Amino acid sequence: MTALASQTVSMTQRHVWAFLRQPWFVAIAVTQPVIWLLLFGALFKNVTEIPGFGASGASYLDYLAPGIVIMTALFSSGWSGMGTIEDIDRGIMDRFLVAPLPRTSLIAGRDVADALSLLIQTLIILGLSVLMGAHFPGGIAGFAALTAGALLLGTSFASLSNALALVLRQRESLIGANTFLVLPLTFLSSAFMPLGLVPDWIATVARFNPVNWAVEAGRAALGTNVDWAFVEARLGGLLLLTLVCMWLATRAFRSYQRSV
Amino acid sequence: MPTSLAERITASGPPATRGVESGAIDARDLVKTYPGDVRALDGLTFSVEPGVVFALLGPNGAGKSTTVKILTTLSRADSGVARVAGYDVVRQAEQVRRSIGVVGQKNAVDPVATGRENMTLQGRAYGMGGKSLGSRVDALLDRFGLTAAANRMVGTYSGGMQRKLDVAMGLVHQPRVLFLDEPTTGLDQEARSELWAEIRRLTMDEGLTILMTTHYLEEADQLARRLAIVDHGRIVAEGTPDELKSELRGDAIQVELRDADPDARSAVVVGRIEGLRDPHVEGKFLRARADRGASAVPAVIAALDGEGIGVASVTVARPSLDDVYLRHTGRTYASDDTREASR
Repeated sequence: MTALASQTVSMTQRHVWAFLRQPWFVAIAVTQPVIWLLLFGALFKNVTEIPGFGASGASYLDYLAPGIVIMTALFSSGWSGMGTIEDIDRGIMDRFLVAPLPRTSLIAGRDVADALSLLIQTLIILGLSVLMGAHFPGGIAGFAALTAGALLLGTSFASLSNALALVLRQRESLIGANTFLVLPLTFLSSAFMPLGLVPDWIATVARFNPVNWAVEAGRAALGTNVDWAFVEARLGGLLLLTLVCMWLATRAFRSYQRSV
Repeated sequence: MPTSLAERITASGPPATRGVESGAIDARDLVKTYPGDVRALDGLTFSVEPGVVFALLGPNGAGKSTTVKILTTLSRADSGVARVAGYDVVRQAEQVRRSIGVVGQKNAVDPVATGRENMTLQGRAYGMGGKSLGSRVDALLDRFGLTAAANRMVGTYSGGMQRKLDVAMGLVHQPRVLFLDEPTTGLDQEARSELWAEIRRLTMDEGLTILMTTHYLEEADQLARRLAIVDHGRIVAEGTPDELKSELRGDAIQVELRDADPDARSAVVVGRIEGLRDPHVEGKFLRARADRGASAVPAVIAALDGEGIGVASVTVARPSLDDVYLRHTGRTYASDDTREASR
């Protein structure tokens, strides 16, 4: 366990430094969620006027901000496996695999580094929303629950992306798989629109969509009269998903080593 | 829990001498088949005594890299057993990993980290840390002439510098056995010579055992104490470079014919000459061996002339590894190498 922790720390350091040294990545990571917030905020501004939207007086920004946080978690973590493919192509992966370090630390290092950047993105989105006049009655506890949901969802997708990278080992395939998953999962949730206003089948699918769990948990925790049992159930589901995805990613090393 | 090393030593010989006698690397009957029924290894067996440079020589696709992958625990053989530094590569993979350094075919270095960061991360992967890691990294950077570039991004290094860093990274945890998979492929002659000198120093100063693969005959000849020729996943010849060459007895005669000889008629003709062995034709070149090459030349020319086969030139040379390769595989090394390269 101590080996896992210390190796995860040194792998995390490697990825954080690599990230900070590529200014374009940093710039994209910071501006993309901001653009989404402004773009979707303007695009769907008037949906609050649709009858049945929900609490009157709440602005669409209040509603949208948690959705953008979760969407950002999904979009940025889906690319995590690209770094793994690059490591495979460079031979760096094989170098680590013949060293006596736990396989899990190779996945966990990427996951933690991704989580750190996601944390900063989350703070930017929420900070900007507040500056733009959003109200989050849930306060600090609400922020914490939303952030936890975003990190868990991000970690599970980053792990899955790394698992796919180890199995597929091709950038094109990973890009395809990512695009195939990320957009539908985002739109099959209440990120932009309450499920009461969408067709029944979408509402049904959304109930099983982990993206929706994270959005609903975060939004509920940021609102008034928080139903914590509701929030905890969804975060619990996300935690389980994260563990399963990390396990899958560690298993994927076997598939990779069989093929080399 | 598999039998411990100590138990096995007692079981199989006197403990005091067993460790010395057993090789740094023992591979027995390794078989590996890749999907699509590609048989990469077909019963490969060899062993390496401690403290020497041992070269696996062969063209691409012969099975050299697969052998290295199995011995370094990256891949698994379908059957056969292998021990490295006294440990079983499957059942004691963790101990093997701690005992070996691996330098792969590619420069496995992180371009968006400095040389020192690459080295430090590598050391940490082996559980090193603190001051001892720092001083080991400094010493290796110095040894490989990378101190001035240590704090630069590796992406700005030349190919030769990246290769040196790559080798240095394989040494950071002071392994007992070092694997070098085609260490000088892609390097220019100057960088190659520098690396050769460093590899020689490593075995001399630190008693390191080195298993290297190469498809350069010259490299094997220059560096290896012993070498094995790998062909179609098997070892077809093994020994010191000199032993292998002297097995051939006598000189190599090479005749350049005026025209290509697809029917190998010239080989039949010179095969009748007494004292001439192993005639072989490839394209316009006829090769054969003779105990005393110079005195056989007139007879060769006369015999070919008598059959109306034109001769452009004749050379006589002491046997080279190329001749060894030809003898054991039936093909010249150059023809194999270019065919593989053009695939």
